[in-house]
Amino acid sequence: MIELVDVSKSFTLHNQGSAVIPVMERASFKVEPGECVALTGASGAGKSTLMRVIYGNYIAASGQVLVAGLNVANAEPREILALRRETLGYVSQFLRVVPRVPTLEVVAEPLLDIGTEKHVALDKAASLLRRLNIPEHLWTLSPTTFSGGEQQRVNIARGFAHDYPAILLDEPTASLDAQNRQTVLTLIEEAKYRGAAIVGIFHDLDARRQVCTREINVSDFAPGMAA
Amino acid sequence: MNEYNFAYLDEQTKRMIRRAILKGLAVPGYQVPFASREMPMPYGWGTGGVQVSAATLTPDDTFKVIDQGADDTTNAVSIRKFFENTAGIETTEQTEKATIIQTRHRIPEMALSEDQILVYQVPIPEPLRFLEPRETETRKMHSLEEYGLMHVKLYEDISQHGAISTSYAYPVKVSDRYVMDPSPIPKFDNPKLEMDAIQLFGAGREQRIYAVPPHTKVVSLDFQDYPFEATKADHSCDLCGAEDSYLDEVIMDDAGHRMFVCSDTDYCRSRRDAGHLGRLAKEDAA
Amino acid sequence: MTPLLQVEGIQKHYGARIGCADVSFDLYPGEVMGIVGESGSGKSTLLNCLAGHLEPDMGRVIFDTRTNGPTDTVAMSEPERRLLGRTDWAFVHQHARDGLRMSVSAGGNIGERLMAVGERHYGNIRNKASDWLGRVEIEADRIDNRPTAFSGGMQQRLQIARNLVTGPRLVFMDEPTGGLDVSVQARLLDLLRGLVREMGLSAIIVTHDLAVVRLLADRLMVMKDGHVVEAGLTDQVLDDPQHAYTQLLVSSVLQV
Repeated sequence: MIELVDVSKSFTLHNQGSAVIPVMERASFKVEPGECVALTGASGAGKSTLMRVIYGNYIAASGQVLVAGLNVANAEPREILALRRETLGYVSQFLRVVPRVPTLEVVAEPLLDIGTEKHVALDKAASLLRRLNIPEHLWTLSPTTFSGGEQQRVNIARGFAHDYPAILLDEPTASLDAQNRQTVLTLIEEAKYRGAAIVGIFHDLDARRQVCTREINVSDFAPGMAA
Repeated sequence: MNEYNFAYLDEQTKRMIRRAILKGLAVPGYQVPFASREMPMPYGWGTGGVQVSAATLTPDDTFKVIDQGADDTTNAVSIRKFFENTAGIETTEQTEKATIIQTRHRIPEMALSEDQILVYQVPIPEPLRFLEPRETETRKMHSLEEYGLMHVKLYEDISQHGAISTSYAYPVKVSDRYVMDPSPIPKFDNPKLEMDAIQLFGAGREQRIYAVPPHTKVVSLDFQDYPFEATKADHSCDLCGAEDSYLDEVIMDDAGHRMFVCSDTDYCRSRRDAGHLGRLAKEDAA
Repeated sequence: MTPLLQVEGIQKHYGARIGCADVSFDLYPGEVMGIVGESGSGKSTLLNCLAGHLEPDMGRVIFDTRTNGPTDTVAMSEPERRLLGRTDWAFVHQHARDGLRMSVSAGGNIGERLMAVGERHYGNIRNKASDWLGRVEIEADRIDNRPTAFSGGMQQRLQIARNLVTGPRLVFMDEPTGGLDVSVQARLLDLLRGLVREMGLSAIIVTHDLAVVRLLADRLMVMKDGHVVEAGLTDQVLDDPQHAYTQLLVSSVLQV
């Protein structure tokens, strides 16, 4: 489902005298349906970067980034957009929404984007929000006014609204209490069970051990490391 | 030296106007620009109609002039005398005897024949002018047949007044192509615009001539659910009893008495000569 | 899939000065393309060349018309282009006053495009106008008011309704949220996103506001001095800018 072949990534800061900052090279691994792979490594080693490369948010300098057979590294914009709509989900650490849109609609949006009927989409959104303990009276409010933890849960609800075959999760349990953390882990288990390929970053060791089938240390892809 | 050229205008000018008229007839409803001359009456007093008549008259013609339907108002009399002096042609007040009729703001009640020409005096020839003040834009709209704006005007009428409130100068579509202002005739007269005679329209101040050839399709603009109605006052003529002619309302005294009379004076007279009598005529007779 | 719009080598000079040069891209149905750049970058020139308001010196703008398939709109006759502008294309101006008839009621403004393509039933026109007022969140009882009585945000929403009533497939927008209060902008952005999705619109949006483009556009082109210096997915261009100018632009955005 997800496969990286010899991927490298660096940043060139033109406004700092074109300083080149290499982040990773020769990154190769596969994630099969039903697997949940944890990216590990020290802070700054490139875990988030790698996730963003898979999502097409960062451009790979070389190599192939295959998601459901599509090479994200050189695909057409509309192919990547279609992939993100139907196949590849991404829960980042930040909730980025148009202000003023009610929470229920924020969560329903991925379903609406693939053409789901409105009432079906809203029902699914409602059930997810309930599981994540977002009280109903908040559903008509914009999540931009919520606390960090509440925003995180809305973010997760939105990420799981549609049954993506491939999911990227960046610190999904950060800033959550024990009960909500468990709910999120259950959601991940359910996704695994239906055959999704998941890549996640978990600082929380317990969470990692509970849901992840494998770990990949991104320090293995640090520049200058022998293969 | 006080002899005028026939019908006042020099031959070259008449030729120029005739070219504009021919072009107008060839493209029904299209406003043809022409080099309007200084006439011995000010703008707003029929200079366009006078120029068209002058270019159209021949020595054998019989000429009639009406102003709001009447032969005997000051303007009608002046223009008739003008052509008597400068063209020496025969004039008449009887519609069926005239070969050329110049009119301000009415179409004669009696149906005209293929041997007649009706010349209209036009103040503002551009039907889109009130909603689109730019001449550059209105010319484009006509040439590209972009007439949505015309219906916007009618839409606004209905939304504000509950019905299309335009009661004169009601816009029409000529020959399924050009939208035309038929001059400030009452909308009651619009159906008559489909006639056997030639219709010529002259606007002197605005320098435009347009025309509608005989038997041309002329449709008043409307909406499917608000169709055009040729309405008039709900009365008959108090002098001749006519039910089907456009009426003028005349205040008779300061006690509120009114009478309704045919605006077309010749029509009324001919009906009375034929023995038809209206309410007041009967009272007189009694 | 056929692109909805294929832009090839568009170039416009003002004398010796470059307005925009060598711009090429494809736009597919349902995509929203943002064009960003500072004043003088050539983005408005480009938009006007694409929308047929300016004649480019070189290049083609090929639109997938309903009746004749892909057709170069630059080479079209003016009547054809004007008809396109009333049916399949729409243009939302920065200042609502440029895109509305201020002396005509809201209902008349929305109804005009319908009447221009032959709608002749007053009741139907009024119903459609009411429907659209609802969709752009203007109260239905304002249908007979003139835009002069509306706030800036309402005028802008009315302009959108007027443009979208005939179901165009491609919408050009020039700084659609410029000059509006922040909260009004948010409302407008939300509305536009919803309409784009519901109606399957494609859009080309010119703006200098990176926040607007992040929320509204799928793809982004960055312009400087008349040239496109970078293009790609919006989030990728903003989060991983490759070109020096883009990096500078992104880092200059004030954080709230």
